[in-house]
Amino acid sequence: MLLAAEFLSVDNLVFVTGAVVTLIGAFFVVTSRNPVHSALNLVVTLFGVAVLFVSLHATFLAAVQVIVYAGAIVVLFLFVIMLLGVDRDEAIEAEPLKGQRPVAAALGVLILGELALLSNLRFRTPPPDAVAGSITPVVPDKTNVEQLAEAIFTRYLLAFEVTSILLVIAVVGAVVLARKPGRAFGLLAARPEDDPAEVGA
Amino acid sequence: MTPALLAAGDPLFDEGVDGAVLVIVALKCLVGFLVYLTAVANMIWFERKLISFMQNRIGPNRAGPIGLLQTVADGIKLFTKEPLLPARADRTVFNLAPWLTAVPAVVAFSIIPFSVEPVEILGKQTRLQIADPSWGILLLLVCSSVAVYGVMLAGWASGSKYPLLGSVRASAQMVSYEAALGLTIVAVVLFSGSLLTSEIVISQAAEGPFGYLPNWNILRLGFVPFFIFVVAATAELNRPPFDLVEAEQELVGGYMTEYSAGGFMLFYFAEFGNTVTMSAIIVTLFLGGPAGPVLLGPAWLWGLIWFFVKLLVFLFMYVWLRATLPRFRYDQLMDLGWKKLIPTSLVWLLALAALKSTQGKSTTEQVVVVAATVGGSLLTYALLSRAVRVGSRRSTEESAPVDPRRELRGTT
Repeated sequence: MLLAAEFLSVDNLVFVTGAVVTLIGAFFVVTSRNPVHSALNLVVTLFGVAVLFVSLHATFLAAVQVIVYAGAIVVLFLFVIMLLGVDRDEAIEAEPLKGQRPVAAALGVLILGELALLSNLRFRTPPPDAVAGSITPVVPDKTNVEQLAEAIFTRYLLAFEVTSILLVIAVVGAVVLARKPGRAFGLLAARPEDDPAEVGA
Repeated sequence: MTPALLAAGDPLFDEGVDGAVLVIVALKCLVGFLVYLTAVANMIWFERKLISFMQNRIGPNRAGPIGLLQTVADGIKLFTKEPLLPARADRTVFNLAPWLTAVPAVVAFSIIPFSVEPVEILGKQTRLQIADPSWGILLLLVCSSVAVYGVMLAGWASGSKYPLLGSVRASAQMVSYEAALGLTIVAVVLFSGSLLTSEIVISQAAEGPFGYLPNWNILRLGFVPFFIFVVAATAELNRPPFDLVEAEQELVGGYMTEYSAGGFMLFYFAEFGNTVTMSAIIVTLFLGGPAGPVLLGPAWLWGLIWFFVKLLVFLFMYVWLRATLPRFRYDQLMDLGWKKLIPTSLVWLLALAALKSTQGKSTTEQVVVVAATVGGSLLTYALLSRAVRVGSRRSTEESAPVDPRRELRGTT
C-alpha cells in the first residue's frame, strides 16, 4: 500500500506516460508498412521524449525538441517520402541485407545488458533522502533557459561554434552535391514570358 | 512536478496545489474554451458580414438577428452531413489530419494573458490567463509546427493530385515563414527578458519614452519586427494575400478539397481560430496586451476591454486585407520570405542586440556599436547577394539555357 502511494506521484505518472508513448511510437516506426505512417510514429516518439524532458525540468529542451525535430526534421522526411513517391506499402518480410535481423537482435541485447550494468554500477542515483528534494534545479534562482544559455555561451562555446560551422559546411556541401552543373539554371530561366513563340501563339 | 514548472508567472500556485486550485484551473479551461468558440464563431460572421459590406452585398441575414446565428446553423449542417471518404484515401490519417490543425489553434490560445492584474476567485489570487508555462511563447512555435502536419497529411491522405500539390505548397510556405516569425519573437524576448507571455506584457507596462508614449514593443523595437511579424503571421495563417494554398483556379480547394462534413468544418474552424489566436498573440507581443488606462471599476475588466479593442483592430485588418489585396505568385511569396523578411529581421535583431548590450553606456558608444553591427551585417548581405548573382550568371554562361519545350519542338 505504501509502495503504491509512493509510486503514484505525479512525477512517476508523467514519466511512465512519456515512456509508454515513446516506446509505442518507436515500435510502430519499425513495424509500419507504410513509410508515411512510420514517420508519423516517429513524431509520436519525439513527443514522448519531449514529455520526458519536461519531467526532467528541461522545459526549453522539450519545446525545442518539438519545434526542431517534429516541426522541421520529420516534415522534411515527409516531403522526401511524398515527393519521391515511395509512400507505398512495403513487405516487411524482405531483408535488404542478409543476416540483418539476427545481428540487430544480438546488438540490441548487448546494448540493453550494457545499460543495465552501467546504471547499476556507475550512474546509480543516490536514494532520495541522500539529496533532499533531488528534483529541484541546481541553481533555483535561474530559469531553465538562462542556465542553458550560460552553459552554451561560456563553458561550451567552442563546441557550440564548431557544431554550427559543421552544419554550415553540411548545408553548402548538400547544395554543391545536389546541383547539376549548367542544367539547373537553364531550366529555371525558361519561363513562358521569355518565349516569344508562346506569346505569338 | 513543481508548480513553478507548470505556471511560472501565476500567483495561483504560490501556496501549493489544493482542491480550490484544481477547480479554478478546470474552470479557467472551460471558460477559456467557450470564449474561444464564441470568438471564432463570431469571427466567421464578422468576416462574412464585413466583406459583404466592402463588396456592396448584404451578407448572411437569415439565421438570427443580422445573421448572427449563421455560423451555428452552418456548424449543425456540416456536423449532420455524411462524411465522405475518397476511395484512395488513407483512412486513419485522413481522419486524423483535421484534428492536427484544429487542436493546436486552441492550445496556442491558452498562453494569452487577458489581464495581469490578479483576480480573486474562491479565495485565491490568479491571473486571467489559462496557462502560463515556463516555456511561454515557445508554445506558439510548437503549435504552429504541429499544425503543419495537419495540412500536409490532409493533402497526402486524400490520395489525389490537387490536395497533394496544395499541401506541399502550404507546408513549404508555413515552414519558410516560421523562420521569420521566430526571429521577430527573439527580438521581443530579448527586450522583455523572459519567455513568459505574462512577463512580456508586464515589461511593456513600464514608463515609455518621453513619459507619455506607451512602452509597447511596437515602439520599443522600432516597428520593423512588428511589421515582419504581421506579414509572417498572415502567411502562416494561409490568409490572403498569401492564400496560394487554396488558389481555386490552380488547385481547386487545396489540401481540403476532398474533405466534407465534420472534417471540413474542423479545417474551417482552425483557419478562423488561428486568425483569432494570431491576432491575440500580436496584441500580446507588440501592443502591450491588456495595457490601457483604467477609468472606472476593476482593473482586470479594463484589461479585458482594451484587449478586445486591440484584437478587433487586427481582426478587421485581416478581413480588409482579404477584401482588397490580390494573391501573390508562388515565387514572389518565397522571395519575400527568404530574401527579404529573414535577412531584414536578422539585421534588425543584431542591431537590437547591440543596442541592448550597450544599454547604460554613453550615447557615442551606443551609436558606434549599433552602426558597426548594422554596417557589418549590411556589408555581409551585399557580398552574399553579389556572390549569388555572379554564381547564377556564370552557370548560365557555361551552358546556354536549354528550354525543354524548344528542344521538343525541334524534334517534331
